[in-house]
Amino acid sequence: MDAVLLSRIQFGFAAGFHFIFPPLTLGLTLIIFILETLYFRKNSEIHKEISTFLIRILALIFTLGVASGIVLEFSFGTNWAEYSRMVGDIFGAPLAAEAVFSFFLESTFLAILLFGRSRVSKKAYLTAAFLVFFASHLSGLWIIIANSWMQTPAGYAIENGRAVLTDFFAAAFNPSTGVRYLHTVVAAWVTGALFAAGISAWFLLKKRSENIFRPLLKICVVIFIITAALQFVSGHLHVLQVGETQPAKMAAFEALWKTGNGVPMSLFGIPSETTETTKLEVSVPKLLSILMHFDSNAEVKGLNEFSKEVWPPIVPTYLTYHLMVIIGIIFGIMALIALILLARKKLFTANWFLKVLLIAAPLPLIANTLGWVAAEIGRQPWAVYGLLKTADAASKAVPAWQALISLILFVIVYSLLFAVFLTIFFKIVKRGPESKI
Amino acid sequence: METLQILQIIWFLLIGVLFVGYSVLDGFDLGVGSLFPFLAKTKEEKQNLFDIIWPFWDGNEVWLLTAGGALFAAFPYAYATVFSGFYLALMLVLFALIFRAVSLEFWIHDEKRQSLWANAFTVGSFLPSLLYGVALGNVIVGIPLDTNMDFTGTFFTLLRPYPLSIGLLGLAAILLQGSTYTALKADGTIKERARLLTGKIWIFYIVTFVLSIVMTAVFAPKNFSNIPAWIFFVVVLAGTFLSRRASSEGSDLKAFLLSSLSFIGLWGITGAIQYPNLVVNNTGGGNITIFNGSSTSLTLTVMLIIAVIGVPIVLGYTIYVYRVFKGKIKNLNY
Repeated sequence: MDAVLLSRIQFGFAAGFHFIFPPLTLGLTLIIFILETLYFRKNSEIHKEISTFLIRILALIFTLGVASGIVLEFSFGTNWAEYSRMVGDIFGAPLAAEAVFSFFLESTFLAILLFGRSRVSKKAYLTAAFLVFFASHLSGLWIIIANSWMQTPAGYAIENGRAVLTDFFAAAFNPSTGVRYLHTVVAAWVTGALFAAGISAWFLLKKRSENIFRPLLKICVVIFIITAALQFVSGHLHVLQVGETQPAKMAAFEALWKTGNGVPMSLFGIPSETTETTKLEVSVPKLLSILMHFDSNAEVKGLNEFSKEVWPPIVPTYLTYHLMVIIGIIFGIMALIALILLARKKLFTANWFLKVLLIAAPLPLIANTLGWVAAEIGRQPWAVYGLLKTADAASKAVPAWQALISLILFVIVYSLLFAVFLTIFFKIVKRGPESKI
Repeated sequence: METLQILQIIWFLLIGVLFVGYSVLDGFDLGVGSLFPFLAKTKEEKQNLFDIIWPFWDGNEVWLLTAGGALFAAFPYAYATVFSGFYLALMLVLFALIFRAVSLEFWIHDEKRQSLWANAFTVGSFLPSLLYGVALGNVIVGIPLDTNMDFTGTFFTLLRPYPLSIGLLGLAAILLQGSTYTALKADGTIKERARLLTGKIWIFYIVTFVLSIVMTAVFAPKNFSNIPAWIFFVVVLAGTFLSRRASSEGSDLKAFLLSSLSFIGLWGITGAIQYPNLVVNNTGGGNITIFNGSSTSLTLTVMLIIAVIGVPIVLGYTIYVYRVFKGKIKNLNY
């Protein structure tokens, strides 16, 4: 295997592992901030107790996020040296800004949340909860800025073979930053809400600490209903942006082989790149044209418009994108059921739905990963869309055997860490909020 | 002087400041980690030792992320060359940092394997403490680069005598941070052990410092005529010596601050002998300098604005949190 492919697999694996944790962090900091606000206003011990419990889980998740996050910042230098030389003038700044504006804030005030309850005033503690929430969301913005620039580069010029910054704001708020940030943050809220709802459902099914987990479940379900609906809006906006700025990627999402008017939307099927057809396809007539252009006969560009050299790998792009959408639709249905149960005040007694919530808890993590794989594989063969090919971005100083050693180590180490993480996570949950650690 | 040159010099200094921040702050928890088995024997003692660094270590490590990000943004050519060139060594550091990060959290929850996680914390702290200096020694004494500025040596090129001596010196400075910090924030037996260790580490520090000077005479003699470096040389010697004296007199805060001063002195020497080079090329081809390895004037300006706004705020709340957890830390109430 060549070093470029190994580096790609390694980055994908390391980033994929890392991204289990940040959405949970974002979602949990939102719920914790809400709970702390309620505690501050009402002086209600129950909210304080749930929050303390969730902070303990947040600490574990945050730690794994930190441990796996350091790797990524250095990966650009270790495995993608040519990339770093070519775009360092633009790409480094958001990473540095993320550390300065977000990571310091997040880790410093998380210490207050963890150890400071008895050491600071109630107001200072609430402020700390807000700052952790704020910092984690700001950190997401910087990293989405960096990644979006790779998708839709702007605000730069090419000078002596490297990309140089010409307009900071144009680069930072490039055509895809806003909508991708919205889509990612809403996904994180769905993730956090279903995660904490799953934990609450487990306690309610076990009939443990019900006085604590009923209010938590209610908060989570409300967040879930809103965000699951909102995700359709942000998803749609994101699709419009991809269609506009990365049409080859959009065609790959849909496995739309030929340009056409009034094209159908593919619901599911098995695309084949060699025959340029999609087998067993189920599709809705004219829907893609309607969704993309609000016009049932509008033209949508197919893959035939692009040279095959710049096609992303169609099969993984299509499948991951569609599986993500299917999970999104499942969330939509769940949100609707939750809304009905909530309106009829049956949320806490509908055991079957509590079981559904328990099973669905890890689903957003899968949807997140699918979405990112679709976004990143869909960007291929480019590292920076239309500007730098992935094959030209890798380090020349790193031979394949070294990349292989590090990849094997990452797989072993991360599997080990994940196993321990799960063991500890279930232990913390089983101990419940009444425990001191 | 042109604006670009001024910005390049400012960023050379600012990255130095970030490395100083990382060394002084994360230095103490890396030091505590490296000295872990010598400082704590029983389970209570281990818990206490973790307690004195727990609220701070993560924020401290962000200095590394900031320095790394700033190096990437300001001097991408140096970042690319060093990180791809030192691939396996850096992977070793990264895996050490991963284990170190999770081991505190795992230690408290995974009772069955507590000794494993305590050891992971020790090894995860010790390896980076040694390897940072080795990496720095390499870019000072020079590494082989091709015309694309890519490293052409092997893993063993990195383990030459000069870099190894710098590695030991860095380790000594980190250990002194660790022992003086422990004496300051812990009490009872641990504090006594930390003070005793300070007395021993001080000797190790001076020995490795002299060794590095000898190595410089052999492998990089041109640095001997560098006057500013000799001024910082005095700072290092005085800081180390006075830190040791303060420690034996029982002024633990003074000992810690003087140890930190000595660390600043080490970075002063590094900056003085390295300027304007970032990575020295020992094949006779050109070095990567702050002038040929930097980003453009606009990026350096944007970064400067980010730093001018961000760093004072960071310093402000960092001081706040150190005040919240001031004095001896015991029973952290996790």
